[in-house]
Amino acid sequence: MKIAVCIKQVPTREWQPRLNDDKTWIREADASYEMNEPDAYALEEGLRLKEKHGGEVVVCSVGPARVAQVVREALARGADRAIHVEDEGLGSADAFVIAEALGAAMKDEQFDIVLTGLQSDDQGFAQTGVVLAERLAMPHATIIMEVQADPSGGALRVKRELEGGWFQWVAMPLPAVLTIQSGINQLRYATLKGIMAAKKKEIRKVAAASSAARQKIVSLYVPEKGKKTQMIAGGAAEAARELVRRLRDEARAL
Amino acid sequence: MILVIAEQRNGKLNRATWETIAGAQQLAAGADLVVALPGSGVGEAAAELAAAQVKEVVTIESSAIESYTPDGYTAALQQAIAALSPSLVVLPHTYQTRDFAPKLAARMERALVTDVTGFKAAGADTAFVRPMFQGKLTADVVPQGPAPHFVTFQIGAFRADQAAKGAAPAPVRAMSVTVDGSAIRQKPEAPFQEARQAVDLSQAERIVAVGRGIKGQEHMAVAQKLADALGAELAASRPICDAGWLPMERQIGSSGQTVAPKLYVALGISGAIQHVVGMKGSRTIVAVNKDADAPIFEVADYGIAGDLFEIVPAIVAELAK
Repeated sequence: MKIAVCIKQVPTREWQPRLNDDKTWIREADASYEMNEPDAYALEEGLRLKEKHGGEVVVCSVGPARVAQVVREALARGADRAIHVEDEGLGSADAFVIAEALGAAMKDEQFDIVLTGLQSDDQGFAQTGVVLAERLAMPHATIIMEVQADPSGGALRVKRELEGGWFQWVAMPLPAVLTIQSGINQLRYATLKGIMAAKKKEIRKVAAASSAARQKIVSLYVPEKGKKTQMIAGGAAEAARELVRRLRDEARAL
Repeated sequence: MILVIAEQRNGKLNRATWETIAGAQQLAAGADLVVALPGSGVGEAAAELAAAQVKEVVTIESSAIESYTPDGYTAALQQAIAALSPSLVVLPHTYQTRDFAPKLAARMERALVTDVTGFKAAGADTAFVRPMFQGKLTADVVPQGPAPHFVTFQIGAFRADQAAKGAAPAPVRAMSVTVDGSAIRQKPEAPFQEARQAVDLSQAERIVAVGRGIKGQEHMAVAQKLADALGAELAASRPICDAGWLPMERQIGSSGQTVAPKLYVALGISGAIQHVVGMKGSRTIVAVNKDADAPIFEVADYGIAGDLFEIVPAIVAELAK
Protein backbone atom coordinates (compact mmCIF):
# COMPACT_ATOMS: atom_id res chain seq x y z
CA MET A 1 0.00 0.00 0.00
CA LYS A 2 1.28 3.43 -0.83
CA ILE A 3 0.35 5.42 2.25
CA ALA A 4 0.59 9.20 2.68
CA VAL A 5 0.40 10.86 6.08
CA CYS A 6 0.02 14.65 6.20
CA ILE A 7 1.46 16.21 9.33
CA LYS A 8 1.64 19.76 10.62
CA GLN A 9 4.12 21.40 12.92
CA VAL A 10 2.36 23.43 15.64
CA PRO A 11 3.44 25.35 18.77
CA THR A 12 3.87 23.12 21.82
CA ARG A 13 1.12 22.89 24.44
CA GLU A 14 3.34 24.69 26.95
CA TRP A 15 3.96 27.62 24.59
CA GLN A 16 2.82 30.96 25.95
CA PRO A 17 1.43 33.01 23.06
CA ARG A 18 3.21 36.15 21.94
CA LEU A 19 1.77 38.30 19.18
CA ASN A 20 3.51 40.01 16.29
CA ASP A 21 3.64 43.80 16.10
CA ASP A 22 0.41 44.31 14.17
CA LYS A 23 -1.38 41.67 16.28
CA THR A 24 -2.54 39.53 13.39
CA TRP A 25 -0.30 36.50 14.02
CA ILE A 26 2.01 35.00 16.57
CA ARG A 27 5.73 35.65 16.78
CA GLU A 28 6.72 32.43 15.09
CA ALA A 29 10.40 32.82 15.94
CA ASP A 30 9.60 32.81 19.69
CA ALA A 31 7.56 29.60 19.65
CA SER A 32 8.76 26.07 20.26
CA TYR A 33 7.16 23.46 18.04
CA GLU A 34 5.99 19.86 17.97
CA MET A 35 4.02 17.48 15.75
CA ASN A 36 0.29 18.19 15.80
CA GLU A 37 -1.09 15.50 18.10
CA PRO A 38 -3.90 14.14 15.89
CA ASP A 39 -1.37 13.92 13.03
CA ALA A 40 0.87 11.79 15.27
CA TYR A 41 -2.03 9.33 15.58
CA ALA A 42 -2.50 9.44 11.79
CA LEU A 43 1.19 8.63 11.36
CA GLU A 44 0.94 5.70 13.77
CA GLU A 45 -2.09 4.39 11.87
CA GLY A 46 -0.15 4.69 8.60
CA LEU A 47 2.78 2.75 10.06
CA ARG A 48 0.41 0.01 11.24
CA LEU A 49 -1.21 -0.22 7.79
CA LYS A 50 2.24 -0.65 6.27
CA GLU A 51 3.16 -3.36 8.79
CA LYS A 52 -0.02 -5.21 7.88
CA HIS A 53 -0.18 -4.71 4.13
CA GLY A 54 3.38 -3.78 3.11
CA GLY A 55 4.28 -0.79 0.96
CA GLU A 56 5.62 2.55 2.07
CA VAL A 57 4.68 5.51 4.26
CA VAL A 58 5.35 8.95 2.82
CA VAL A 59 5.03 11.86 5.22
CA CYS A 60 3.89 15.15 3.66
CA SER A 61 4.08 18.56 5.29
CA VAL A 62 3.64 22.20 4.35
CA GLY A 63 5.43 25.10 6.00
CA PRO A 64 8.68 26.99 6.59
CA ALA A 65 12.12 25.34 6.90
CA ARG A 66 11.46 24.74 10.64
CA VAL A 67 8.92 22.06 9.67
CA ALA A 68 11.88 19.74 8.94
CA GLN A 69 11.94 19.03 12.71
CA VAL A 70 8.63 17.14 12.71
CA VAL A 71 9.34 15.59 9.31
CA ARG A 72 12.58 14.09 10.71
CA GLU A 73 10.68 12.88 13.75
CA ALA A 74 8.14 11.12 11.53
CA LEU A 75 10.96 9.49 9.56
CA ALA A 76 12.57 8.40 12.83
CA ARG A 77 9.31 6.77 13.89
CA GLY A 78 9.30 4.71 10.71
CA ALA A 79 8.06 6.71 7.71
CA ASP A 80 10.07 5.85 4.59
CA ARG A 81 10.45 9.24 2.93
CA ALA A 82 9.00 12.74 2.98
CA ILE A 83 7.66 15.54 0.84
CA HIS A 84 8.09 19.01 2.28
CA VAL A 85 6.32 21.88 0.54
CA GLU A 86 8.64 24.56 1.81
CA ASP A 87 7.64 28.20 1.93
CA GLU A 88 8.42 30.72 4.64
CA GLY A 89 5.01 32.34 4.26
CA LEU A 90 3.00 29.17 4.82
CA GLY A 91 3.26 29.01 8.62
CA SER A 92 0.08 31.02 8.94
CA ALA A 93 -1.69 29.73 5.81
CA ASP A 94 -5.37 28.82 5.88
CA ALA A 95 -6.69 25.30 5.31
CA PHE A 96 -7.46 25.84 1.62
CA VAL A 97 -3.97 27.12 0.86
CA ILE A 98 -2.40 24.21 2.76
CA ALA A 99 -4.66 21.62 1.12
CA GLU A 100 -3.95 23.05 -2.32
CA ALA A 101 -0.20 23.03 -1.68
CA LEU A 102 -0.40 19.42 -0.46
CA GLY A 103 -2.65 18.39 -3.33
CA ALA A 104 -0.29 19.79 -5.97
CA ALA A 105 2.70 18.07 -4.39
CA MET A 106 0.92 14.72 -3.90
CA LYS A 107 -1.23 14.27 -7.00
CA ASP A 108 1.35 12.46 -9.14
CA GLU A 109 2.28 9.98 -6.39
CA GLN A 110 -0.84 7.82 -6.85
CA PHE A 111 -1.32 7.15 -3.14
CA ASP A 112 -3.68 4.34 -2.12
CA ILE A 113 -4.65 6.06 1.11
CA VAL A 114 -4.04 9.50 2.61
CA LEU A 115 -4.23 9.99 6.39
CA THR A 116 -4.11 13.15 8.46
CA GLY A 117 -5.28 14.37 11.86
CA LEU A 118 -8.85 15.57 12.23
CA GLN A 119 -7.70 19.12 13.04
CA SER A 120 -4.64 21.07 14.07
CA ASP A 121 -3.85 22.40 17.51
CA ASP A 122 -2.90 25.81 16.09
CA GLN A 123 -5.62 27.30 13.88
CA GLY A 124 -7.95 24.34 14.32
CA PHE A 125 -9.78 24.64 11.01
CA ALA A 126 -10.74 20.94 10.79
CA GLN A 127 -10.84 21.40 7.01
CA THR A 128 -7.49 20.46 5.47
CA GLY A 129 -8.06 16.72 5.02
CA VAL A 130 -11.50 17.13 3.50
CA VAL A 131 -10.42 19.90 1.11
CA LEU A 132 -7.43 17.76 0.12
CA ALA A 133 -9.80 14.86 -0.68
CA GLU A 134 -11.78 17.14 -2.97
CA ARG A 135 -8.59 18.36 -4.68
CA LEU A 136 -7.35 14.77 -5.17
CA ALA A 137 -10.82 13.66 -6.29
CA MET A 138 -10.83 10.96 -3.60
CA PRO A 139 -13.70 9.96 -1.30
CA HIS A 140 -13.15 10.74 2.36
CA ALA A 141 -14.39 10.13 5.88
CA THR A 142 -13.62 12.16 9.00
CA ILE A 143 -12.99 11.60 12.72
CA ILE A 144 -11.96 7.97 12.25
CA MET A 145 -11.46 5.55 15.16
CA GLU A 146 -10.71 2.32 13.26
CA VAL A 147 -9.41 1.48 9.78
CA GLN A 148 -9.97 -1.82 7.96
CA ALA A 149 -8.22 -1.75 4.58
CA ASP A 150 -8.38 -4.37 1.86
CA PRO A 151 -5.83 -3.08 -0.66
CA SER A 152 -6.12 -6.06 -3.03
CA GLY A 153 -9.89 -5.59 -3.22
CA GLY A 154 -9.51 -1.80 -3.39
CA ALA A 155 -11.87 -1.50 -0.44
CA LEU A 156 -11.91 0.37 2.84
CA ARG A 157 -14.19 0.20 5.89
CA VAL A 158 -13.75 2.77 8.65
CA LYS A 159 -15.35 3.57 12.00
CA ARG A 160 -16.43 7.20 12.20
CA GLU A 161 -17.00 8.85 15.52
CA LEU A 162 -20.30 10.67 15.76
CA GLU A 163 -21.24 12.89 18.69
CA GLY A 164 -22.18 11.80 22.20
CA GLY A 165 -20.70 8.29 22.14
CA TRP A 166 -22.19 7.18 18.80
CA PHE A 167 -20.23 5.57 15.98
CA GLN A 168 -20.85 4.47 12.42
CA TRP A 169 -19.07 2.17 9.98
CA VAL A 170 -18.66 3.55 6.48
CA ALA A 171 -17.34 1.64 3.46
CA MET A 172 -15.73 3.28 0.43
CA PRO A 173 -13.35 2.43 -2.39
CA LEU A 174 -9.62 3.11 -2.30
CA PRO A 175 -7.89 5.46 -2.84
CA ALA A 176 -9.40 7.59 -0.06
CA VAL A 177 -8.58 10.31 2.46
CA LEU A 178 -9.22 9.77 6.19
CA THR A 179 -8.98 12.27 9.04
CA ILE A 180 -7.90 10.44 12.17
CA GLN A 181 -9.16 11.05 15.71
CA SER A 182 -6.71 11.19 18.63
CA GLY A 183 -6.71 7.97 20.64
CA ILE A 184 -7.28 5.62 17.69
CA ASN A 185 -4.10 3.73 18.65
CA GLN A 186 -1.15 3.80 21.02
CA LEU A 187 1.68 5.94 19.72
CA ARG A 188 5.17 4.58 19.29
CA TYR A 189 8.21 6.71 19.87
CA ALA A 190 11.38 6.94 17.87
CA THR A 191 14.16 4.54 18.77
CA LEU A 192 17.83 5.50 18.55
CA LYS A 193 18.08 3.19 15.55
CA GLY A 194 15.13 4.98 13.96
CA ILE A 195 16.71 8.37 14.57
CA MET A 196 19.95 7.22 12.95
CA ALA A 197 18.10 5.67 9.99
CA ALA A 198 16.06 8.85 9.47
CA LYS A 199 19.19 10.80 8.64
CA LYS A 200 19.57 8.80 5.42
CA LYS A 201 15.93 9.04 4.32
CA GLU A 202 14.84 11.25 1.47
CA ILE A 203 13.07 14.55 2.08
CA ARG A 204 11.90 15.91 -1.26
CA LYS A 205 11.47 19.67 -1.14
CA VAL A 206 8.79 21.14 -3.35
CA ALA A 207 7.97 24.78 -4.04
CA ALA A 208 4.47 25.85 -3.06
CA ALA A 209 1.82 26.25 -5.73
CA SER A 210 0.44 29.75 -5.39
CA SER A 211 -3.18 29.97 -4.32
CA ALA A 212 -5.31 32.78 -2.94
CA ALA A 213 -5.97 32.99 0.80
CA ARG A 214 -9.61 32.37 1.76
CA GLN A 215 -9.29 33.76 5.27
CA LYS A 216 -7.69 36.87 6.69
CA ILE A 217 -6.99 37.31 10.39
CA VAL A 218 -7.65 41.00 11.07
CA SER A 219 -7.01 40.75 14.80
CA LEU A 220 -5.55 38.17 17.17
CA TYR A 221 -5.81 38.60 20.94
CA VAL A 222 -5.99 36.94 24.33
CA PRO A 223 -9.66 35.98 24.89
CA GLU A 224 -11.84 38.34 26.83
CA LYS A 225 -13.08 36.68 29.97
CA GLY A 226 -16.75 35.84 29.55
CA LYS A 227 -17.36 35.28 33.22
CA LYS A 228 -16.07 37.08 36.26
CA THR A 229 -13.60 34.49 37.43
CA GLN A 230 -12.60 34.86 41.07
CA MET A 231 -8.97 33.84 41.32
CA ILE A 232 -8.09 32.60 44.78
CA ALA A 233 -4.52 33.30 45.82
CA GLY A 234 -2.38 32.08 48.69
CA GLY A 235 -0.67 28.86 49.69
CA ALA A 236 -2.36 25.52 49.12
CA ALA A 237 -4.00 25.24 52.56
CA GLU A 238 -5.11 28.86 52.57
CA ALA A 239 -6.49 28.74 49.00
CA ALA A 240 -8.28 25.45 49.75
CA ARG A 241 -9.91 26.92 52.87
CA GLU A 242 -11.06 30.00 50.97
CA LEU A 243 -12.38 27.92 48.05
CA VAL A 244 -14.40 25.64 50.31
CA ARG A 245 -15.79 28.67 52.18
CA ARG A 246 -16.92 30.33 48.93
CA LEU A 247 -18.38 27.10 47.56
CA ARG A 248 -20.40 26.75 50.78
CA ASP A 249 -21.41 30.36 51.38
CA GLU A 250 -21.51 32.05 47.96
CA ALA A 251 -22.10 29.35 45.40
CA ARG A 252 -24.00 26.99 47.73
CA ALA A 253 -22.50 24.17 45.73
CA LEU A 254 -21.61 21.94 48.70
CA MET B 1 -30.12 36.52 2.21
CA ILE B 2 -28.56 34.30 4.86
CA LEU B 3 -29.09 30.58 4.46
CA VAL B 4 -29.01 28.26 7.48
CA ILE B 5 -28.38 24.57 6.72
CA ALA B 6 -30.36 22.62 9.32
CA GLU B 7 -29.33 19.14 10.45
CA GLN B 8 -31.56 16.14 11.02
CA ARG B 9 -31.05 12.42 11.49
CA ASN B 10 -34.00 10.08 10.90
CA GLY B 11 -36.19 13.15 10.71
CA LYS B 12 -35.15 14.37 14.16
CA LEU B 13 -33.57 17.83 14.28
CA ASN B 14 -30.17 18.28 15.86
CA ARG B 15 -30.53 20.74 18.72
CA ALA B 16 -27.55 22.71 17.42
CA THR B 17 -29.73 23.72 14.46
CA TRP B 18 -31.79 25.99 16.75
CA GLU B 19 -28.63 27.56 18.15
CA THR B 20 -27.51 28.27 14.60
CA ILE B 21 -30.88 29.82 13.74
CA ALA B 22 -30.59 32.06 16.82
CA GLY B 23 -27.08 33.16 15.80
CA ALA B 24 -28.10 33.69 12.18
CA GLN B 25 -31.06 35.83 13.27
CA GLN B 26 -28.67 38.09 15.20
CA LEU B 27 -26.35 38.22 12.21
CA ALA B 28 -29.16 38.92 9.72
CA ALA B 29 -30.46 41.81 11.89
CA GLY B 30 -33.78 41.83 10.08
CA ALA B 31 -32.52 40.85 6.63
CA ASP B 32 -33.94 37.74 4.96
CA LEU B 33 -33.19 34.41 6.54
CA VAL B 34 -33.98 31.06 4.92
CA VAL B 35 -33.57 27.63 6.51
CA ALA B 36 -32.71 24.67 4.26
CA LEU B 37 -33.20 21.13 5.49
CA PRO B 38 -31.54 18.37 3.44
CA GLY B 39 -32.91 14.83 3.55
CA SER B 40 -35.71 12.65 2.30
CA GLY B 41 -39.21 12.75 3.79
CA VAL B 42 -38.29 15.45 6.27
CA GLY B 43 -41.65 17.28 6.21
CA GLU B 44 -42.29 16.95 9.94
CA ALA B 45 -38.90 18.39 10.90
CA ALA B 46 -39.45 21.19 8.36
CA ALA B 47 -42.80 22.03 9.97
CA GLU B 48 -41.01 22.25 13.31
CA LEU B 49 -38.45 24.65 11.82
CA ALA B 50 -41.24 26.78 10.35
CA ALA B 51 -41.98 28.03 13.87
CA ALA B 52 -38.80 30.10 13.64
CA GLN B 53 -38.99 33.71 12.54
CA VAL B 54 -37.59 33.17 9.05
CA LYS B 55 -38.66 34.00 5.50
CA GLU B 56 -39.12 30.38 4.50
CA VAL B 57 -38.08 26.81 5.11
CA VAL B 58 -36.88 24.87 2.08
CA THR B 59 -36.54 21.11 2.18
CA ILE B 60 -33.75 19.83 -0.08
CA GLU B 61 -35.20 16.50 -1.08
CA SER B 62 -33.68 13.49 -2.79
CA SER B 63 -33.95 9.79 -2.02
CA ALA B 64 -30.17 9.64 -2.48
CA ILE B 65 -29.63 11.71 0.67
CA GLU B 66 -31.99 9.82 2.95
CA SER B 67 -28.85 8.63 4.77
CA TYR B 68 -26.11 11.18 5.23
CA THR B 69 -22.98 10.90 3.09
CA PRO B 70 -20.51 13.70 2.31
CA ASP B 71 -20.71 13.00 -1.43
CA GLY B 72 -24.53 13.08 -1.41
CA TYR B 73 -24.82 16.20 0.73
CA THR B 74 -22.20 18.05 -1.30
CA ALA B 75 -24.02 17.33 -4.57
CA ALA B 76 -27.45 18.23 -3.13
CA LEU B 77 -26.38 21.40 -1.34
CA GLN B 78 -24.32 22.69 -4.24
CA GLN B 79 -27.48 22.69 -6.37
CA ALA B 80 -29.62 24.18 -3.62
CA ILE B 81 -27.16 26.99 -2.92
CA ALA B 82 -26.87 27.78 -6.62
CA ALA B 83 -30.67 28.01 -6.83
CA LEU B 84 -31.15 30.05 -3.64
CA SER B 85 -28.04 32.26 -4.13
CA PRO B 86 -27.52 33.34 -0.52
CA SER B 87 -24.90 35.91 0.50
CA LEU B 88 -23.81 33.76 3.45
CA VAL B 89 -24.33 30.11 4.42
CA VAL B 90 -24.39 29.25 8.13
CA LEU B 91 -24.14 25.74 9.62
CA PRO B 92 -23.88 24.26 13.12
CA HIS B 93 -20.31 23.06 13.84
CA THR B 94 -21.36 19.44 14.29
CA TYR B 95 -19.34 16.38 13.34
CA GLN B 96 -21.60 16.00 10.30
CA THR B 97 -20.93 19.57 9.15
CA ARG B 98 -17.21 19.02 9.65
CA ASP B 99 -17.51 16.00 7.36
CA PHE B 100 -19.07 17.74 4.34
CA ALA B 101 -18.81 21.54 4.62
CA PRO B 102 -15.10 21.79 3.68
CA LYS B 103 -15.81 19.65 0.62
CA LEU B 104 -18.83 21.74 -0.36
CA ALA B 105 -16.92 25.01 0.09
CA ALA B 106 -13.93 23.63 -1.85
CA ARG B 107 -16.21 22.38 -4.65
CA MET B 108 -17.76 25.85 -4.90
CA GLU B 109 -14.38 27.63 -4.44
CA ARG B 110 -15.68 29.60 -1.48
CA ALA B 111 -14.24 30.49 1.94
CA LEU B 112 -15.26 28.51 5.02
CA VAL B 113 -14.73 29.88 8.54
CA THR B 114 -15.28 27.19 11.19
CA ASP B 115 -15.99 27.10 14.93
CA VAL B 116 -17.31 30.65 15.08
CA THR B 117 -18.47 32.03 18.44
CA GLY B 118 -19.53 35.54 17.40
CA PHE B 119 -19.19 38.29 14.84
CA LYS B 120 -18.38 41.99 14.64
CA ALA B 121 -17.98 44.74 12.08
CA ALA B 122 -14.49 45.14 10.61
CA GLY B 123 -14.75 48.22 8.43
CA ALA B 124 -17.20 47.36 5.66
CA ASP B 125 -16.73 43.62 6.30
CA THR B 126 -18.05 41.24 8.91
CA ALA B 127 -15.35 39.57 10.96
CA PHE B 128 -16.09 36.20 12.53
CA VAL B 129 -14.71 35.47 15.97
CA ARG B 130 -13.17 32.05 16.56
CA PRO B 131 -10.76 30.40 18.99
CA MET B 132 -7.24 29.46 17.90
CA PHE B 133 -4.29 27.71 19.54
CA GLN B 134 -6.49 25.52 21.74
CA GLY B 135 -8.35 28.57 23.05
CA LYS B 136 -5.21 30.44 24.13
CA LEU B 137 -5.98 33.13 21.55
CA THR B 138 -9.05 34.46 19.78
CA ALA B 139 -9.04 35.63 16.16
CA ASP B 140 -11.29 37.97 14.20
CA VAL B 141 -11.37 36.44 10.73
CA VAL B 142 -12.69 37.96 7.50
CA PRO B 143 -13.50 35.41 4.79
CA GLN B 144 -11.94 36.30 1.42
CA GLY B 145 -13.10 35.91 -2.15
CA PRO B 146 -16.58 35.95 -3.67
CA ALA B 147 -19.84 35.25 -1.80
CA PRO B 148 -21.40 33.17 -0.51
CA HIS B 149 -19.00 32.56 2.36
CA PHE B 150 -19.58 29.58 4.63
CA VAL B 151 -19.52 29.88 8.41
CA THR B 152 -20.01 27.23 11.11
CA PHE B 153 -21.22 28.22 14.57
CA GLN B 154 -19.65 26.48 17.53
CA ILE B 155 -21.98 24.36 19.68
CA GLY B 156 -23.18 26.47 22.61
CA ALA B 157 -22.06 29.78 21.10
CA PHE B 158 -25.67 30.88 20.72
CA ARG B 159 -28.66 29.86 22.79
CA ALA B 160 -31.36 27.74 21.19
CA ASP B 161 -34.02 29.28 23.45
CA GLN B 162 -33.19 32.71 22.03
CA ALA B 163 -34.22 31.75 18.50
CA ALA B 164 -37.10 34.13 17.68
CA LYS B 165 -40.38 32.49 16.74
CA GLY B 166 -42.66 33.95 14.07
CA ALA B 167 -46.23 35.14 14.67
CA ALA B 168 -47.35 32.56 12.12
CA PRO B 169 -45.48 29.54 10.74
CA ALA B 170 -43.09 30.34 7.89
CA PRO B 171 -43.95 28.88 4.49
CA VAL B 172 -42.40 25.49 3.76
CA ARG B 173 -41.30 24.69 0.23
CA ALA B 174 -39.85 21.49 -1.17
CA MET B 175 -36.96 21.79 -3.59
CA SER B 176 -36.07 18.60 -5.36
CA VAL B 177 -32.47 18.16 -6.36
CA THR B 178 -30.93 15.56 -8.64
CA VAL B 179 -28.35 13.43 -6.88
CA ASP B 180 -26.93 10.43 -8.71
CA GLY B 181 -26.92 7.75 -6.03
CA SER B 182 -24.40 5.66 -7.95
CA ALA B 183 -21.87 8.52 -7.73
CA ILE B 184 -21.95 8.45 -3.92
CA ARG B 185 -18.79 6.63 -2.91
CA GLN B 186 -19.42 6.29 0.83
CA LYS B 187 -21.71 3.45 1.94
CA PRO B 188 -22.78 4.17 5.52
CA GLU B 189 -23.98 1.55 7.99
CA ALA B 190 -26.41 2.24 10.84
CA PRO B 191 -25.06 4.36 13.72
CA PHE B 192 -24.51 2.49 16.99
CA GLN B 193 -23.47 3.15 20.57
CA GLU B 194 -20.43 1.27 21.76
CA ALA B 195 -20.63 1.09 25.52
CA ARG B 196 -23.97 0.71 27.18
CA GLN B 197 -23.44 4.07 28.91
CA ALA B 198 -23.00 2.54 32.36
CA VAL B 199 -22.56 6.02 33.79
CA ASP B 200 -24.85 8.83 32.79
CA LEU B 201 -22.75 11.79 33.85
CA SER B 202 -25.46 14.20 32.72
CA GLN B 203 -27.40 13.24 35.85
CA ALA B 204 -24.49 13.82 38.25
CA GLU B 205 -24.85 16.71 40.70
CA ARG B 206 -21.11 17.09 41.10
CA ILE B 207 -18.25 16.14 38.81
CA VAL B 208 -14.50 16.15 39.33
CA ALA B 209 -12.80 16.10 35.93
CA VAL B 210 -9.15 15.40 35.25
CA GLY B 211 -6.93 16.60 32.40
CA ARG B 212 -3.37 16.23 31.21
CA GLY B 213 -2.10 18.04 34.32
CA ILE B 214 -2.61 14.82 36.31
CA LYS B 215 0.49 13.56 34.47
CA GLY B 216 0.16 9.82 35.13
CA GLN B 217 -2.33 7.09 35.85
CA GLU B 218 -0.76 6.55 39.27
CA HIS B 219 -1.97 10.04 40.24
CA MET B 220 -5.64 9.40 39.45
CA ALA B 221 -6.16 8.52 43.13
CA VAL B 222 -5.54 12.18 44.00
CA ALA B 223 -8.60 13.17 41.98
CA GLN B 224 -10.60 10.16 43.16
CA LYS B 225 -10.14 11.24 46.78
CA LEU B 226 -11.57 14.67 45.99
CA ALA B 227 -14.48 13.08 44.11
CA ASP B 228 -15.17 10.86 47.12
CA ALA B 229 -15.03 13.82 49.50
CA LEU B 230 -17.47 15.79 47.34
CA GLY B 231 -19.76 12.86 46.53
CA ALA B 232 -18.88 13.53 42.90
CA GLU B 233 -18.48 11.41 39.80
CA LEU B 234 -14.98 11.22 38.32
CA ALA B 235 -14.65 12.27 34.68
CA ALA B 236 -11.91 13.39 32.32
CA SER B 237 -10.95 15.27 29.20
CA ARG B 238 -10.26 13.29 26.05
CA PRO B 239 -6.48 12.70 26.37
CA ILE B 240 -6.97 10.95 29.72
CA CYS B 241 -9.50 8.54 28.21
CA ASP B 242 -7.32 8.08 25.10
CA ALA B 243 -4.51 7.01 27.42
CA GLY B 244 -6.87 4.53 29.08
CA TRP B 245 -6.59 6.09 32.56
CA LEU B 246 -10.39 6.34 32.72
CA PRO B 247 -12.95 4.56 30.53
CA MET B 248 -14.12 6.43 27.41
CA GLU B 249 -17.63 6.60 28.85
CA ARG B 250 -16.36 9.07 31.46
CA GLN B 251 -15.16 11.54 28.86
CA ILE B 252 -16.59 15.07 28.87
CA GLY B 253 -16.58 17.12 25.67
CA SER B 254 -17.66 17.19 22.07
CA SER B 255 -16.82 13.53 21.50
CA GLY B 256 -18.05 12.46 24.95
CA GLN B 257 -20.82 13.52 27.27
CA THR B 258 -22.30 16.98 27.76
CA VAL B 259 -22.97 17.83 31.38
CA ALA B 260 -24.35 20.67 33.47
CA PRO B 261 -23.90 19.70 37.14
CA LYS B 262 -24.26 21.96 40.17
CA LEU B 263 -20.50 21.78 40.69
CA TYR B 264 -17.76 21.01 38.15
CA VAL B 265 -14.18 20.85 39.35
CA ALA B 266 -11.60 20.84 36.53
CA LEU B 267 -8.17 19.59 37.63
CA GLY B 268 -5.25 20.15 35.27
CA ILE B 269 -7.56 20.76 32.32
CA SER B 270 -6.33 23.49 29.99
CA GLY B 271 -9.78 24.26 28.59
CA ALA B 272 -9.53 23.39 24.90
CA ILE B 273 -12.79 24.14 23.19
CA GLN B 274 -13.57 20.45 22.59
CA HIS B 275 -13.73 20.02 26.36
CA VAL B 276 -15.40 23.31 27.25
CA VAL B 277 -18.43 22.71 24.99
CA GLY B 278 -19.22 19.67 27.13
CA MET B 279 -19.21 21.42 30.52
CA LYS B 280 -19.67 25.17 30.21
CA GLY B 281 -23.32 24.93 31.20
CA SER B 282 -22.32 23.81 34.72
CA ARG B 283 -23.71 26.04 37.46
CA THR B 284 -20.48 26.49 39.39
CA ILE B 285 -17.11 25.77 37.82
CA VAL B 286 -13.87 25.47 39.78
CA ALA B 287 -10.56 25.22 37.94
CA VAL B 288 -7.18 24.26 39.36
CA ASN B 289 -4.31 24.62 36.89
CA LYS B 290 -0.64 25.46 37.16
CA ASP B 291 -0.88 27.80 34.15
CA ALA B 292 -2.59 31.02 35.24
CA ASP B 293 -3.29 31.82 31.56
CA ALA B 294 -5.03 28.51 30.80
CA PRO B 295 -8.29 29.11 28.91
CA ILE B 296 -10.22 27.05 31.50
CA PHE B 297 -10.04 30.10 33.78
CA GLU B 298 -12.22 32.01 31.30
CA VAL B 299 -15.19 29.76 32.02
CA ALA B 300 -14.45 29.14 35.71
CA ASP B 301 -16.25 30.85 38.58
CA TYR B 302 -13.41 30.09 40.98
CA GLY B 303 -9.85 29.56 39.94
CA ILE B 304 -6.71 28.51 41.74
CA ALA B 305 -3.47 28.84 39.78
CA GLY B 306 -1.10 26.34 41.31
CA ASP B 307 0.08 22.78 41.70
CA LEU B 308 -2.92 20.45 41.84
CA PHE B 309 -0.86 17.90 43.77
CA GLU B 310 -0.64 20.37 46.66
CA ILE B 311 -4.02 22.03 46.29
CA VAL B 312 -6.28 18.99 45.85
CA PRO B 313 -5.15 17.22 49.05
CA ALA B 314 -5.59 20.55 50.87
CA ILE B 315 -9.18 20.79 49.59
CA VAL B 316 -9.85 17.19 50.68
CA ALA B 317 -8.45 18.00 54.13
CA GLU B 318 -10.57 21.15 54.33
CA LEU B 319 -13.74 19.28 53.36
CA ALA B 320 -13.04 16.72 56.11
CA LYS B 321 -13.07 19.44 58.79
